[in-house]
Amino acid sequence: MAEDRTPFIRLAKRAEMDRRKVWAIRVGSIIVALLLGCIPMMLTGNDPFAAYGVIIQGSLSRPIYFRQTVKIAVPLLCCALAIAPCFKMRFWNIGAEGQITMGAMAATYFALFWADRIPHLPLLVIMFAVGALAGGIWALIPAFFKARWNTNETLFTLMMNYIAIGIVAWLQGGPWEGRKGSQLIPMFSDNARLPQVLGVHCGWIIALILVLLMYVYMNKTKQGYEIAVIGDSVNTARYAGMNVGWIIMRTMFISGAISGIVGFMIVSGANFTLYKGVANGVGFTSISIAWLSQLNSFAMIVISMMLAVLEKGANTLQTKMQVPASISDIITGILLFAMLSSEFFISYRIIFRHKDKEEDA
Amino acid sequence: MTTLITLIVAAVTFGTVLMYGTLGEILTEKSGNLNLGVEGIMYMGGAFGLAGAFYYEKAAAAAASGPVAIVLAILSAFAAGAAASAIYSFITVTLRANQNVTGLALSIFGTGIGQFVGEYMRVSEGGYVALGNNLKEAFSASIFPDAIVSIPVIGRVLFSHTVFFYLALLIAVLMYLFLKKTRYGLYLTAVGESPATSDAAGINITRYKYLATVIGGGISAIGGMVYIMTTAGCVWNHEGLSGVGWLAVALVIFCIWRPLNAIWGSVLFGAMMIMYLRVRIPFIPTELYKILPYVVTVIVLILTSMRNSRDKQPPASLGINYFREDR
Repeated sequence: MAEDRTPFIRLAKRAEMDRRKVWAIRVGSIIVALLLGCIPMMLTGNDPFAAYGVIIQGSLSRPIYFRQTVKIAVPLLCCALAIAPCFKMRFWNIGAEGQITMGAMAATYFALFWADRIPHLPLLVIMFAVGALAGGIWALIPAFFKARWNTNETLFTLMMNYIAIGIVAWLQGGPWEGRKGSQLIPMFSDNARLPQVLGVHCGWIIALILVLLMYVYMNKTKQGYEIAVIGDSVNTARYAGMNVGWIIMRTMFISGAISGIVGFMIVSGANFTLYKGVANGVGFTSISIAWLSQLNSFAMIVISMMLAVLEKGANTLQTKMQVPASISDIITGILLFAMLSSEFFISYRIIFRHKDKEEDA
Repeated sequence: MTTLITLIVAAVTFGTVLMYGTLGEILTEKSGNLNLGVEGIMYMGGAFGLAGAFYYEKAAAAAASGPVAIVLAILSAFAAGAAASAIYSFITVTLRANQNVTGLALSIFGTGIGQFVGEYMRVSEGGYVALGNNLKEAFSASIFPDAIVSIPVIGRVLFSHTVFFYLALLIAVLMYLFLKKTRYGLYLTAVGESPATSDAAGINITRYKYLATVIGGGISAIGGMVYIMTTAGCVWNHEGLSGVGWLAVALVIFCIWRPLNAIWGSVLFGAMMIMYLRVRIPFIPTELYKILPYVVTVIVLILTSMRNSRDKQPPASLGINYFREDR
């Protein structure tokens, strides 16, 4: 590249873009991703359009399929809501996986050992509360070290995931093991299970309430404002007299608590037992959901449903067309890549060299 | 004594897998790119490495030779990892997307691809993909003659390992020399520490970030292949491979971003991960052994941040993208 000439391609930040255009780019990126997703299907000798048909059919065509899809989407949505305030603060919490696991563990303790002594509703309330508490405390540990010694939170929260999973693995094969040698924790009694509303466990109601609460919290409260200021500039926040360390810890506690609730919903509403893979990647996938929604609570509903459709549909695809179900991970990955890339075209303008000359003239 | 030697040999076998993952990620992180896609990269390396060797054996039939299969497996794993990291670099460096999210997306994508290729091979080959015994032995054989391997104690501990272990040692030493003794290594470190300063000094930030990430990803991917071809016995085994990439990310911290530390660090982590199979320590449940590496890593992370000594920190710009116009 010649140094003294204007480069062939230049970039300039866009001021503001037409809303319709922004959405056109986003929807366009999704379409591009779905087209790219055809490649692995064609390579394995399947008709991609038929395959997408099966995915849609297998996830949405019947009420029972739809319910199962919603069941997949609920934890994704809640967990994305949990991550949003941290990311707004530019605190890279990638420990939701572990926070879910700890919440699930705490809830399971009461489901296993107190189910016969406490009536249904109070038991569920207790499980909800201890789930939130355990997730919150688990998140508080890295937050404390970040606030006190500026310890790298990305790596810290990542490690905490595997510690949490390891603890559950130990419980599973040790103290909480059901039948000796089974390596399984017994199933919950009906008393400790979430009731169903419209055929799906009532977690979806909690999720929708959380969407509203999180929207209000982030946009209409003083705490939400503090989070936004820290995200933009820690120094500004300090000059304004905010106690940054305290806000970091408070926000992480809230975030961890919501993840903990997700853990409670998964064990009490879907699995009815605890095992080490209880979070099943939800904590990681939801990070992408939160980011792609631009941390907007309502957009998260759409994106988490989209990924849930892919996951549910891919299972049908495997049984019907012998395409490995991991195709859903591939398409999810491509989708994330495409949507991440599309943000670039929304915030930057690409200027080619010949255009410059016209401008000069 | 025999137990100890067996333990060491097993630790080195698993440690070799981690060493590739870690060395690759060290190179990547030195450029300031925190690539959290190692898990996916190692999956892809494992699946494509196996595919490379398997289809070579199928094509060459009886004429298949071990060394060629090994080279092909390394090359296909490297290419898969490099391609995955090129996607990551393009999205984070050129298109400036968030590194954490892109890395996690790569993890999802890579594990998907790895699983897909592994499963597809199994289905299309009628249920079983495994190398013939000749090649299998070539992958797990020592490169030293029997006479040396059979020297008591030292022979097993030092000379009984696969070619991959010695190659990893070589990469670690070369990477150390590159980072510490060459101008380009210094430039790379500068890019990771302060991209703005390096840019002002006339270093091409984009080129360094791309090259370090792509080559690093390739090296990490070889680790996945080594796992499949040695520990897993040349069969696609995604369960064993899951979590290895994250462990490599942990190891990078444990080694405080120094390639030579990766040598003993990965053998130590390897030992911690397999100790539960070989040695029973009373009162400590086996599952709790397995979280030991992560706990140790957390402690290292906390201590380095508390001490705040300059030379033990992560690269200063780790995880943060560089935009010239934001400077």
